[in-house]
Amino acid sequence: MADTHKKHVDEVSGVETTGHEWDGLRELNNPLPRWWLYIFYACIVWSVIYWVLMPSWPLISSYTTGMLGASQREQALESLNSGIAARNEMGAGLADASLEQIQSTPGMLEFAMANGRAAFGDNCAPCHGSGATGSPGYPNLQDDSWLWGGSLDAIHYTIQNGIRSTGDETRLGDMPAFGRDEILSKEEISQVASYVHTLSGGQPEEGVDVAAGQTVFMDNCAVCHGEDGKGNQELGSPNLTDAVWLYGGTIADIKAQVTNSRNGVMPTWGGRLDENTIKSLAVYVHALGGGE
Amino acid sequence: MARPTHARYLTMEQGGYVAFLIVVALACLIVSGKTYDNVMAFHAAFGALVTAGGAFFILKRYFDSDGAVPPQEIDGRPNYNMGPVKFCSVAAMFWGLAGFTVGLIIALQLSFPVLNFDLPWTSFGRLRPLHTSAVIFAFGGNVLLATSFYVVQRTSQARMPGIVTPWFVVIGYNAFIVIAGTGYLLGVTQSKEYAEPEWYADLWLTVVWVAYLLVFLATLWKRKEPHIYVANWFYLAFIITIAMLHIVNNLTIPVSIYGTKSYIVWAGVQDAMVQWWYGHNAVGFFLTAGFLAIMYYFVPKRAERPVYSYRLSIVHFWALIFLYIWAGPHHLHYTALPQWASTLGMTFSIMLWMPSWGGMINGLMTLSGAWDKLRTDPVLRMMVVSVAFYGMSTFEGPLMSVRAVNGLSHYTDWTIGHVHSGALGWVGYISFGALYCLFPWLWNKKQLYSLKLVNWHFWISTIGIVFYISSMWVSGILQGLMWRAYDALGFLEYSFVETVAAMHWFYVLRAFGGGLFLVGAIIMAFNLWMTVTHGEAEAAEPALAPAE
Repeated sequence: MADTHKKHVDEVSGVETTGHEWDGLRELNNPLPRWWLYIFYACIVWSVIYWVLMPSWPLISSYTTGMLGASQREQALESLNSGIAARNEMGAGLADASLEQIQSTPGMLEFAMANGRAAFGDNCAPCHGSGATGSPGYPNLQDDSWLWGGSLDAIHYTIQNGIRSTGDETRLGDMPAFGRDEILSKEEISQVASYVHTLSGGQPEEGVDVAAGQTVFMDNCAVCHGEDGKGNQELGSPNLTDAVWLYGGTIADIKAQVTNSRNGVMPTWGGRLDENTIKSLAVYVHALGGGE
Repeated sequence: MARPTHARYLTMEQGGYVAFLIVVALACLIVSGKTYDNVMAFHAAFGALVTAGGAFFILKRYFDSDGAVPPQEIDGRPNYNMGPVKFCSVAAMFWGLAGFTVGLIIALQLSFPVLNFDLPWTSFGRLRPLHTSAVIFAFGGNVLLATSFYVVQRTSQARMPGIVTPWFVVIGYNAFIVIAGTGYLLGVTQSKEYAEPEWYADLWLTVVWVAYLLVFLATLWKRKEPHIYVANWFYLAFIITIAMLHIVNNLTIPVSIYGTKSYIVWAGVQDAMVQWWYGHNAVGFFLTAGFLAIMYYFVPKRAERPVYSYRLSIVHFWALIFLYIWAGPHHLHYTALPQWASTLGMTFSIMLWMPSWGGMINGLMTLSGAWDKLRTDPVLRMMVVSVAFYGMSTFEGPLMSVRAVNGLSHYTDWTIGHVHSGALGWVGYISFGALYCLFPWLWNKKQLYSLKLVNWHFWISTIGIVFYISSMWVSGILQGLMWRAYDALGFLEYSFVETVAAMHWFYVLRAFGGGLFLVGAIIMAFNLWMTVTHGEAEAAEPALAPAE
């Protein structure tokens, strides 16, 4: 233990220590660095000024609002509203224009495409992909194979109301689960899958009776997909002859769909997006390459 | 010569622990049997095993030693209790390697999402808290336990009290880590950042932490020096504040004592505020105050120089602990949190800048008169670079707390870069430095197995840190700018997924930097292993009693 009565001086720096020693450690009695102290004071002064100017300290049922009267909430609302106002001004024509008018009027088209691109990226891309090329279960919007129609009005209707969704006017059309619900036997499913595979030029499974498959098709599938298998956009039933497949085009994929039947859902965007944005999206999607 | 004193009966302490552990073991068995929840069944069974095992070993040790109690002093020198310190030093190295590895895995998952393997147990959402808890609480926590038990004994010239309690603290703490970590993998979480463990793990930690506080305080009480050394102020502030934060942020009500799920008593923005009051002060008191304590012992010890300024240490200590506790709201700028709270958090963060730098100045200036040692001692160099990183992050922190800056930086990778310059640079390096000092001291070796390997560790991991933080800075600022970019017609320029795609190469670079940091730590583990097994024994001074 150090002798606390006699001052101890560090030999290297010539500075006095505090006289204490712990496990061989001592402390020099250096003053606070000036620059450190002054910056510390400056930070405190700055903070006090900031408290005077801005909302800062809580009171019993309110808070000090500050001399500048700044309100973060009002600023945010203001900036939000000015953005909406600016867009409404530029997009003013959109509300009353038909989709065809929007498409054929240069200023409106430019606005709708910009609006559509931004809205697509944040709302549609998670399922349809940022390039709108789709993925299994989610249709490619770049091609000209449409489940529910590729005209401006059909696309607009689909976005507005959704598919198998919650809206009153949503598009409905369910394919039965022929296997799970025991409408068809395994053998019949195997036959019809081979038949469907041949519709787009594919080979049937070896040893499977394709003619029997055709009979099964005519009795069960043709009512929606048509006798020629070209589908029906009123019901959202896909064209089976174009080699474009939503859930895969191998015989195994077709069997799986006939057996268990997946029916994908697209949300009802009406009410979630404003009317101008939905119109813009319709024009944007139509322009992606496959619009009719 | 050791002259053990013999007690005829179990001490009160031993008897109390045996009774407590048996009660806990029985409770765990009942819960394990009655629960409907598979994870609870597993955790309760684990708890029963650990507590019953603890009771068994206390009794076994009592009978093996014929009731002998370790002496407080041997030949007039304190008979330090270094067993628990050794345990935590080894645990720290083990958890460090585990935590860094999981960090590398999740960094690679962000670069290549296929590495989630489509399995719930290996998904990013479960591995991320595993990484943060492993590095902060398992690695950092064990470093703090090891160094605090070492430093408080040495600077108080007293053996820490208790036969069982120090072991209860270190083993109990590591049992908590196992329960927390396995819980994350199995999908059990409170969904509070850095406070993910569920109610039963929190309760157990509370008991362990109170025991830790008592051991620490009692050792200070027994000290032979009239004054308390500065490192111990920081350790004490860390232990007390963490206890308070842990309890308030984990006030939950379990759905059933037979289930893992619980609900927090706080609601809405108040819950958010309590969470970030906790979260920010976990950084302030766990990762700053605790590791400043390490700095205040190991830097002057290694440099063999006195601490630069006693006055600075006292002023920056009180300023730091008074100001830090207010700064939490800066994590919630531009949210539902009222603006006045946000302002207070920001201004207190600015005022915190100099008190934080007080520690850096005291650390760096302690080297005056010993700067030449940086050339020859890579361990000291590591600790000095650590203090430099501390200065850098504690400048960047107040900067990022300013609302206008935060508007750009918040929710981006900039935050990740900031955290890791503190975590890898400051906390990591000061811990490595302390462990490099402790291993030869604890195992009575003359020196480390190889200083050359320390040098390799230093350079490889420094390059790793530079890759890590610079890639995150660039990607963070890029991300922030992309999010707020508008086109001429007033629509967002980029969709979210486009900003994600733009991050890809930065994530790859970050993973590379993290990989280098892990390689450095593996070299360190090898070096420490060789020091213990092949190091030359220190002959002269029997400073330490043999491990119990």
